[in-house]
Amino acid sequence: MQNGSVIKRRDLLALIGTIAGSSAMYHAMTSLGFASESAYKGPLRLEGSPQGASVLILGAGLAGMTAALELRKAGYKVQVLEFNSRAGGRNWTIRGGDSFVELGGFKQTCEFEQGLYINPGPWRIPYHHRALLDYCRRLNVALEPFIQLNHNAYLHATRAFGGKPQRIRSIKADFQGQVSELLAKVTQQGKLDETVTKEDQEILLQSLRAWGALDRNHKYSASLDSAEFRGYARDPGGGLSADPLPSDPISLSEILRSRLWRYLQAFARYNFQTTMFQPVGGMDMIGKAFVREVGDLIRFGAKETQVQQNGTGVTVSYVDTADPSAVQQATADWCICTIPLSILSQLPIDVGAPMKNAIDALPYAASVKIGLQFKRRFWEEDEAIYGGISFTDLPIRQIAYPNYGFNRNGRGILLGGYLFEGANSYEFTAMTPAERVKSAVEFGAMIHPQYKAEFETGVAVAWHRVPFTLGCSGEWSEAGRAQHYRNLCQIDGRVPLAGEHASDLPAWQEGAILSSLDAVTRLHERVVKT
Amino acid sequence: MMLAKTAAVAALTLLSATAAIGQDSTASPRTFSSGYRFVEMTGEELFANVCQGCHMPDATGAIGAGSYPSLAGNKNLEAGSYPVFLVVNGRRGMPAFGDMMTDGQVAAVVNYLRTHFGNNFQDVVTAKDVQDARR
Repeated sequence: MQNGSVIKRRDLLALIGTIAGSSAMYHAMTSLGFASESAYKGPLRLEGSPQGASVLILGAGLAGMTAALELRKAGYKVQVLEFNSRAGGRNWTIRGGDSFVELGGFKQTCEFEQGLYINPGPWRIPYHHRALLDYCRRLNVALEPFIQLNHNAYLHATRAFGGKPQRIRSIKADFQGQVSELLAKVTQQGKLDETVTKEDQEILLQSLRAWGALDRNHKYSASLDSAEFRGYARDPGGGLSADPLPSDPISLSEILRSRLWRYLQAFARYNFQTTMFQPVGGMDMIGKAFVREVGDLIRFGAKETQVQQNGTGVTVSYVDTADPSAVQQATADWCICTIPLSILSQLPIDVGAPMKNAIDALPYAASVKIGLQFKRRFWEEDEAIYGGISFTDLPIRQIAYPNYGFNRNGRGILLGGYLFEGANSYEFTAMTPAERVKSAVEFGAMIHPQYKAEFETGVAVAWHRVPFTLGCSGEWSEAGRAQHYRNLCQIDGRVPLAGEHASDLPAWQEGAILSSLDAVTRLHERVVKT
Repeated sequence: MMLAKTAAVAALTLLSATAAIGQDSTASPRTFSSGYRFVEMTGEELFANVCQGCHMPDATGAIGAGSYPSLAGNKNLEAGSYPVFLVVNGRRGMPAFGDMMTDGQVAAVVNYLRTHFGNNFQDVVTAKDVQDARR
């Protein structure tokens, strides 16, 4: 390319964006090969004046604060009512000194060391959650990698391998290698002749050798080739002890019967592919960043009791959680309601039957997370596990290692259990917090025996017992979504809803933000038109 | 944060859904199910391991931003078909347990509930009643 006469692609996009608005820019980006994977179309540009219109937002979670930020920027008068004494909602981090009372009155005070924390709600951000990542960039939330796949973490089945946890690396390599060997065998037996050309069969065999770490006879065997995938019996060293030794693969039958293969999808699925992120210092750094923008609009400790609307406006009744005797009212022209449906379904609300039926149709999932503090980072010191997740069929389901503070001396926090749906989630919810922690330590010790000597203190959050959500997240069935989802998302009079429950990304923060942006956009279109 | 379908499918593919795999060593031993479905069989144990998560150990419910209704001395339990229907199909935010419990388990926990916590309804619901409540 010579001199400045050629317009750069990025400049062209900026030009299109300026002239034609973000939607045109989005189409241009897509046709130029960018941005095809996300529903996020870039920062909102709400054209036209709201002419003094006011919006009351119910809930100061990510959906509510996104709406507050964008609507105020567009010129609306905005106020936010929040039940808790903090903003963020499920975007939440528990640190040493924090207290938390769950339903039933069970109180926990976190005794973690200064600087250590647990994210009881969302804890990871996929790279394709472009809206959330964009807000993190705009609001200066520092990110670091969240390690979803650590080849040196464990897969564990109670009834397989004598209960001994297996390295993810070995199971992955052996499953891949054994399947490759099988496929190579049937190829060589001519059993694929009808479906694969002779020429492609040659390439297939080459690829299976490379992909499955097969030897020259297309066998998956103990060799330095397979060791490079599954790990060595003795690692390569220096000087006179340099010789590496191969390790023995696990047989296909053992892998199949152990059922450990089913965890491999935890690394393959779109939502869990690298790169994933977490905010430095805890997930609530995102909520706190939003509070820096819109904190002055939030009225804390407000428990909504009724939502009324007519042709001219919306009136929301609420009580102060510290003094529930006096009912107060807030009014506005419009109301964006982000209250979880587990709670909203219990409130009197003036909306038509289609939206009300939708509000009443969504069950909330059970989920439990347990944070455990240990005297030392034995998983790093003893087992060379730096971040990532071990999976098990024990009721705790997962043990996740901290993705910060690597290789330090001193204390560390494990996510000692992460249950989502299924019987165990309910069983752990039904326990006292202390029982949950105790059980997590007992089960975890079956994978890391160091638990017994090193455990110090823990906290446990069961989402059905969380006063501000009464459950983890909306649990849409296919039939329920087909019947109710669109009715839930339509603006009813002067009330649109937003939140993860009004998205196709249930339980993800991205869903909360995208639903909010969608509701804000449609609301603004209506306001500007009238 | 998490993915519903994966967890449920993975749980369903477990080897056995009928064996309890671990127990607490405390005075009141706890049962843990090994799959998607509950292994607890008695009404008392089902209540203590499932229902009390929300409705609380004394069945009086709880109040936060929303509430869990009290099941203690609750006249709505008079017609046994009502609690059977709710346990099987759920209601509003309450999940449906029809896929996680057998007809016998639902009947057991409803019968337990209707004869404890200040409730004293002596007619018994049967597995057949539960079957009829499945949509």
